[in-house]
Amino acid sequence: MDLQAEEGHGISLKQINVNDELQHKRRYIMRGAGGRRNQSRQSRRSGRSFMLFMAPSFLGVLLFVLLPFLDVWKRSFTTAVTGQFNGIRNYQTIFTNQAFVLAVKNTLRFTAVCIPILVVAGLIIALPLSKLQNAGLVKSLYLFPLAMPTATIVIVWKMFFYKQGLLNLFLTQLGEWTGLWGEIHKDYLGSGAAFWVLVFSYVWKNTGYTVVLWLAGILGIPNEFLEAARVDGASGGQIFFRIVLPNLKGSLYTIVILSFLNSFKIYREAYLVAGAYPEQDIYLLQHLFNNWFVNLDFDKMAAAAVCVGGFLFAVIMLLQHLWDRDEA
Amino acid sequence: MTTKTQLWTTAKGWFRKNQYGKSVGQGLTMLLLILPAVLVVLPMLFLITGSVMGNGELKQYLSPIFAEGTEYISWKLVPDYPTFEHYGKLLFMTPQFFVLFWNSMKMVGCILAGQLLVGVPAAWAFAVYKVKSGRVLFALYVVLMLLPFQVTMLSSYLVLNRLEMLDTPQAVILPAVFSTFPVFLSYGGFRGIPMQLFEAARIDGAKESTIFLRIGLPLGKSGLLSAMVLGFLEYWNMMEQPMAFLEDKALWPLSLYLPEITWSQAGYAFAASVITLIPAVFVFVWGQDYLEQGIIYSGLKE
Repeated sequence: MDLQAEEGHGISLKQINVNDELQHKRRYIMRGAGGRRNQSRQSRRSGRSFMLFMAPSFLGVLLFVLLPFLDVWKRSFTTAVTGQFNGIRNYQTIFTNQAFVLAVKNTLRFTAVCIPILVVAGLIIALPLSKLQNAGLVKSLYLFPLAMPTATIVIVWKMFFYKQGLLNLFLTQLGEWTGLWGEIHKDYLGSGAAFWVLVFSYVWKNTGYTVVLWLAGILGIPNEFLEAARVDGASGGQIFFRIVLPNLKGSLYTIVILSFLNSFKIYREAYLVAGAYPEQDIYLLQHLFNNWFVNLDFDKMAAAAVCVGGFLFAVIMLLQHLWDRDEA
Repeated sequence: MTTKTQLWTTAKGWFRKNQYGKSVGQGLTMLLLILPAVLVVLPMLFLITGSVMGNGELKQYLSPIFAEGTEYISWKLVPDYPTFEHYGKLLFMTPQFFVLFWNSMKMVGCILAGQLLVGVPAAWAFAVYKVKSGRVLFALYVVLMLLPFQVTMLSSYLVLNRLEMLDTPQAVILPAVFSTFPVFLSYGGFRGIPMQLFEAARIDGAKESTIFLRIGLPLGKSGLLSAMVLGFLEYWNMMEQPMAFLEDKALWPLSLYLPEITWSQAGYAFAASVITLIPAVFVFVWGQDYLEQGIIYSGLKE
């Protein structure tokens, strides 16, 4: 902070100290009769400024998100066409709807597989990177897929994972070379393997994001901790498990939350590779929502939006709570 | 038993010795470099070579896609007869492509400008004015930022329908302008500024708006710039929103148009992909520091 102030943004460090002192004195004098009033005037002023700066954003959020979501909540209890009150029947419908159950199952499976892989892969890459002097280029390489639009990369994935594609060509050649297996004609996009293509694509795209978050966490661990442990004769493994990992809990929560958020965007790849009705294993909640939307099934969509939104809200709150508890 | 321990100690000593430790570390670094390089550069190379490959050559390599046989497609990383015919066709014979390119540009530009105007002041309010209701509101903003598009799709549709904005560019732009993600990122930049600066300015008689424009924006710009960089990459790649709210294909962004190109026009598809990639790569290279900073801000706790 001193640096910023000293760099000449109009106010010098000395001034700040003087002003602080002045304020102290003033507060000291005011305490008693007028102090309270002065304080409340100040808080009222900051309340007014808060509202002025906040207003455009909040009104927009209110109009475009909050109020319409209330409408969705209301609609989840009515029929789609006539708008009659329907009780919890929409909810009953979606939970007995096979497509919904399948989509929920697949979406959960996808996150349950992807997030651990991403979290661990990110950490494995971030640890040596944190010790490297010039990690810039490596980091850029890992981050680059983030910049690649999905529509451009899907063409390449198709060439690789297509039934007559390059992966099968490579595997066949490997088989010929080792003599272990013959020609391979697996259709990775039209079978259960499509799930793993999506996993690969997700990890490919998001590893850089995770690495940067882990790096920030690792570099945030005070060096004294590590020095002290080393002086006390702790081994590399001990330092990692007893000092580095416990100090990265905060990063872990964030990474899990953000990876979860990003995992919903895999729909782009899934849709571009396999369309609106893909192979059963990669039929995700996002497909279902989109298809309901196209077919104007707003009653089911409303009930499902309320359920998924509520579930995500609960998960976020749980992670936040765990995090708070750890910090306390 | 003893030999085993001996072996272990020698091995440990071997790794601990500086020179070997260094070479092991370097080997690991090389691996770390090579793996992503292959995974990142190879798809890029595919796109670029495909875009300068003649039609005859493309047909020869990709013909198994059209024939139901057991033959594999093949590829060459350096085409035999490089040509710019696909770029020529794209840039001079397909005005439609320009329309879509500008659709994308306008959409992203409007969204980012809107986010600057609306989101950055809100971030400032959260960072500077500590009022009671602020904390609750901030928690709400964080939750909204984490909700996926599918959950808010119906609510967006309902409001856009009522405002009669469906099938206009605003249908995609306005909901994105009020996204709370840039608020969170800009907040990360503002909260790094020491509060005493604002106090000092206030005592000198500066108005709140002056403090925001003269102190807040210059010192907290890393937050809003990282919001812009992350935002550009996100909205340049936007698919779900235009797919749901724009029926008129003349309004579509590039990201939706590309997948419509079929394999029979492979060269054209590759060239269009490369051109779509260029602005994103440009922003990535120019704003990489902000991109990283933005990712770190996105992981910060309030």
